[in-house]
Amino acid sequence: MTFSPELEAKFAKMVTIYPAGRQRSALIPLLLYAQDEVGALTQEVIDEIARRLGITPLQVDEVIGYYSMLHKKPQGKYHVQVCTNISCLLTGGEELYHHAARKLGLGHKQTAADGVFSLEEVECIGACSWAPAVQINYDFHHHVTPEKLDQLLDGLRKVQ
Amino acid sequence: MADPVNLSIDGRAVQAPAGTLLIDAAKTAGIEIPAFCYYEGLSLQAACRMCLVEIEKTPKLQASCTIPVGEGMIVRTDSPIVAAARKSMLEFLLANHPLDCPVCDKGGECELQDMVFRYGAGESRFTENKLHVDEKQWSPVVFFDAPRCILCYRCVRICNEGMGVGALGIVNRGVISEIAPNEGDHLNCDECGACIDICPVGALTSGTYRYQTRPWEMNHVGTICTHCSNGCKTTLGVRNDKIIRGNNRDRSGVNGEFLCIKGRYAFDFTENPERLQSPLMRINGKLEPVSWSRALLTVAQKFAEVKNRGGKFGVIGSNRTTNEENYYLQKFARQGLGTQNLDHHRSGDLTTLLDAISGKMAALATVSDLYKTKASLVIGADLAEQQPLLAFQLRANFRHHASHTYTVTNGPVRERKYAIASIVANPGEELKAVETLRDRLAKESELVILFGDAIKGDAVRKLVAFGDSLGIPVKYVCLVDYSNSRGAVDMGLVPGLLPGYRAAATSGLATHEMLAAPDLDVLWVVGANPLKNAKLALANAFVVVHEMFLTETAERADIVFPAASAYEKEGTVTNVTGEVQRLKKALKVMGTKSDLEIFGLIAKEMHLDLGPARHDAIFDEMRKTIRGYNVPLPVIATGGAAQTSPVNGRVPVESRPDLIQSARDTLFTSGSLGRYSKMLNSVLEHPAGLYESGVNTP
Amino acid sequence: MIYNEPSPLEVKVLTKRFLLENSASIDTYLATDGYKAFLKAREMTPDAIIAEVKISNLRGRGGAGFPTGMKWSFVPKNSPKPTYIVVNADESEPGTCKDRLLMENDPHQLLEGMLIAGLATNAHAGYIYIRGEYRYLIDIMDKAIAEAYAKGWLGNNIQDTGFDFECYTQTGAGAYECGEESALLESLEGKRGIPRIRPPFPAVAGAWQSPTVLNNVETFCAIPPIILDGGQKFADLGTPRNGGTKLVCISGHVNKPGVYELPLGFNLLRMINEVAGGMRGGKKLKAVIPGGSSCPLLKAEECDLPMDYDSLAKAKSMLGSGGLVIMDEDTDMVKAALRIMKFYAHESCGWCIPCREGTTWLKKMLTRFDEGRGQSSDINLIGELAKNMLGRTFCPLGDAAALPTISIVEKFREEFEAKLVVAAGSYSDENRFVQIA
Ligand SMILES: Cc1cc2nc3c(=O)[nH]c(=O)nc-3n(C[C@H](O)[C@H](O)[C@H](O)COP(=O)(O)O)c2cc1C
Ligand code: SF4
Ligand code: FES
Repeated sequence: MTFSPELEAKFAKMVTIYPAGRQRSALIPLLLYAQDEVGALTQEVIDEIARRLGITPLQVDEVIGYYSMLHKKPQGKYHVQVCTNISCLLTGGEELYHHAARKLGLGHKQTAADGVFSLEEVECIGACSWAPAVQINYDFHHHVTPEKLDQLLDGLRKVQ
Repeated sequence: MADPVNLSIDGRAVQAPAGTLLIDAAKTAGIEIPAFCYYEGLSLQAACRMCLVEIEKTPKLQASCTIPVGEGMIVRTDSPIVAAARKSMLEFLLANHPLDCPVCDKGGECELQDMVFRYGAGESRFTENKLHVDEKQWSPVVFFDAPRCILCYRCVRICNEGMGVGALGIVNRGVISEIAPNEGDHLNCDECGACIDICPVGALTSGTYRYQTRPWEMNHVGTICTHCSNGCKTTLGVRNDKIIRGNNRDRSGVNGEFLCIKGRYAFDFTENPERLQSPLMRINGKLEPVSWSRALLTVAQKFAEVKNRGGKFGVIGSNRTTNEENYYLQKFARQGLGTQNLDHHRSGDLTTLLDAISGKMAALATVSDLYKTKASLVIGADLAEQQPLLAFQLRANFRHHASHTYTVTNGPVRERKYAIASIVANPGEELKAVETLRDRLAKESELVILFGDAIKGDAVRKLVAFGDSLGIPVKYVCLVDYSNSRGAVDMGLVPGLLPGYRAAATSGLATHEMLAAPDLDVLWVVGANPLKNAKLALANAFVVVHEMFLTETAERADIVFPAASAYEKEGTVTNVTGEVQRLKKALKVMGTKSDLEIFGLIAKEMHLDLGPARHDAIFDEMRKTIRGYNVPLPVIATGGAAQTSPVNGRVPVESRPDLIQSARDTLFTSGSLGRYSKMLNSVLEHPAGLYESGVNTP
Repeated sequence: MIYNEPSPLEVKVLTKRFLLENSASIDTYLATDGYKAFLKAREMTPDAIIAEVKISNLRGRGGAGFPTGMKWSFVPKNSPKPTYIVVNADESEPGTCKDRLLMENDPHQLLEGMLIAGLATNAHAGYIYIRGEYRYLIDIMDKAIAEAYAKGWLGNNIQDTGFDFECYTQTGAGAYECGEESALLESLEGKRGIPRIRPPFPAVAGAWQSPTVLNNVETFCAIPPIILDGGQKFADLGTPRNGGTKLVCISGHVNKPGVYELPLGFNLLRMINEVAGGMRGGKKLKAVIPGGSSCPLLKAEECDLPMDYDSLAKAKSMLGSGGLVIMDEDTDMVKAALRIMKFYAHESCGWCIPCREGTTWLKKMLTRFDEGRGQSSDINLIGELAKNMLGRTFCPLGDAAALPTISIVEKFREEFEAKLVVAAGSYSDENRFVQIA
């Protein structure tokens, strides 16, 4: 299979930045970028990347299972990640998570039927001093209150 | 070799070569340090933390499986802190480990059980819910029960490093980490079962053995696998004349702990329902069961009658029967029946090799040489498929000593993965390809050349000449097919060759010539299936067959004797590298007799004096009369292997290259015999597939 | 862009450019002494550079606090293999959010620090391993790297000095353990983030088994000022053996949570009250996590101390990554202990038994307490299990999980007692054995 020209270009560069014979080093970036484009790490993607790096699909599976950002099932167009780790916990992160769950009608790591939203309770995302924090796809949102979250989610639903 | 290192373990002065791991140094000093993930010969893990010890001047406990001995090190493995650490590791391990020991296959020989008994706490303080995942079947052979798994990664490593297959991996993270097969929900592999044997607990279990019995209810009989020529020791677990499992946990024999699917699981042909359990006789064109006495009498009378009128015999022996049987058979043919028409299925050109190396010392490699040699050259054989143990030895040698392997084959082979040079050559052009390796090979300090039936006749002489011209010590292995292919030639089951490669007064017919002979009176086939893909010219030739099953040849017989398999008899066999090992009788199958017993009874009926038909007596005679077979008895008796060199001079007869042809068995076939192993066929029928009907699933 | 009001008490060395107009651009950087330190270092011998770093008393900002100059001196000189520079930008320690600002606001300072490390250890390639969640920072760093190449501050023969250096970013994909240096290197090589058996240490056999200088973002960012203004000046900012400033990430129950650059040795109570604007809603201080969730907690009465590596070690805790989590009187310490343990159970790589099993077991027990189903005997068991992990795991993550737990049960035992199963017998043991699928 082939990916978008941009991604192919990225891949082409990636495999050149490591010492000779160490192209496997590109595995984790390749998986994450491919996932961003395809939506999930399908068997087809796995086999393709395994082939390109000269490793077995099992070796790719081993890696996918290890990293919490890599997944084989598609997530929502907007993946809502609410941090409830210690700093966020102290500043209302847990309430925020429950609020999001209620609003979206989703549980931890669940994806809505219409595929618009998915929810995940995540570990510290490095926004502790501006807690509670939420990350939607790759975008950070700080000092989030239930009201702010509502506006955010409603806004995104409109874009739909 | 650097100076040995001096250290103290539990107050004992210990000396060990530099680089020795603490855990090994302790072991040699008789101090046992418990460990799950540490496994000699496999890569290091330091994951189970059972081997933690106290080292003076180091604040934390250290994993003795990864720390090399140091000069003046003061180590304690018996301190309260160490004991407490071990106890806590076991408590952690048991947290999610199901306590179903009473029904677990491993019960009684489980390393976790033993450790808890020796180092563990009486009661568990874990009162939370245990994680639970259902058991999975990964292949006809392999079952996996995740909750029992302690994640020591032994299976993953033996499959990767030992077998060179890499069919097992580990997915997920943290407490839900799990061993996983290469095809998602099932395995696509050699089905060798090494992962099952190496598993310290009951997480990996085998389709043949699971829920069958308890270890202590079995009789454990160490004998030699009857399938390929490598001669692996397999310890058969037997209960009520039924073989329940095969393994080699005690790592004895030429194979250490190695076994392929055939040695570990393909013993089930012994209980195949099609097994012949009574003599058969052709009565009005149909084969009917008859009594042993009637069958024996008929054969004896026929043999005597044909012999007396100077009729023509043809005798075809087996490459799975014992040396004693083969020796006695050729004696029976030559002295008893006065015929030289004696042959067997030849799968490699041994005679030419032995002739070509005549006068050389130590020119034949042993199985252990393959693990030690600095370099090896494989010609015209798919070693991993056809000679599993030899392939394993080369892999281990590469892993542990970075030895150089060269391959010249007709297609891709697994050895390419680590070979330093691999050439794919057209059939017949192997030697040309080998020639291109000359300079590199000449730079090696020593070499073992393994060659298959692609190299025969003149090609063998050319190869040996090539070896000589390299100017380095070269040893050879002539690859042959079955458990006693080598022994059959040594014992003279070849026209014109007496045991030990002495010339017979006159030569005789080869197999195909017997089958084609217009005037053949009797064809006597012992444990072979020549009519599988050849015809017997003469319709009225009298055919006597010793067989376990109704093969193509047996179907043509006038008399069929139900024969005992190698697992049902005593005697010796000689493996591909000429190492003699002893068979031990594991069970008795009703109605069958060993070929030797049958020979003796026929001889008795014919009033022939061929000496006692007892394996020990015959072995004695062999040791006296056959050069090289005077192997030390204690070695053989204690299940050891002794290499023979049956000739060290010219071999008088021309080998018949045209008659040499390997059956090219794979990991999952074993000539006619393989057809009767449900296990082998289940793997073939469902290549890498789940085995719905489930072998012995409760 | 920064996310909180700076404090007048800050001493801005690493963060001095944060408030400038597009501080991240190379022009801004060059206009404010940017890359001068590199040119200066180019005139120095590798040993002189390392000596300068040693004088600065710079200690690793990633958590371990190991003297950086000494670490660099372990890199074998003239090794046949190439040497690599690896930046640990995995920033995943709960309570920590500083490396993010350093890369976002002054990416070139990091690049220059890498270049100087390259000069000091004869390395010509560097990799910045950034946690996957920080995708926008990867873009920022890539942009900065492109600028540097364009303007000749990366690549071949940098500014005609004859020194070559290639620089790349690499993304992680969600794994706290990949912040541990050897696991990071495994991840960089495209594998599961399982720590390596050490020795050998990265300095000798790191990335692709080659000698490797692996440091935290903040550590590298401290190098240019050290070289430019001299190690002594940096050292003098802090306390003996604890040189320079530290970015502290103050979070939790304070009025002005934020990231502040303060000299090492700055008093903890002053940080809370004067830098971070005091306790939120005038509540009383109950406890502080001084350096990220891996550190033992300090009770309020233990908090009047200078914030540097040695003082915190004396107080049986750690400065760690500088993530201060401030907890007020209303904080539920059992919940806090549970949340922290949940994190470590989720992040344990699963390689070694004590961490893999210990963290999950403790998580389950703490969950029971949190739900008011604790058994009195469990309180000691929690402490014992944590101690059974301590110092026995394959990598320090096990310790990181054990230390805060031990400190919480020991210092706030009464809160656990308050959570014991109410009426005796009201909670039957059976349903604890229910098999969960
Ligand atoms: C479980 C664990 C997680 C770690 N996470 C990080 C991290 O996210 N960032 C970091 O710089 N160091 C982290 N470290 C510390 C690194 O192992 C290493 O000590 C540090 O990056 C060395 O750089 P420094 O000397 O500049 O601090 C972690 C250590 C452990 C044991
Ligand atoms: S302590 Fe053990 S299980 Fe935990 S992260 Fe380190 S190696 Fe992995
Ligand atoms: S604890 Fe939520 S971002 Fe750090």
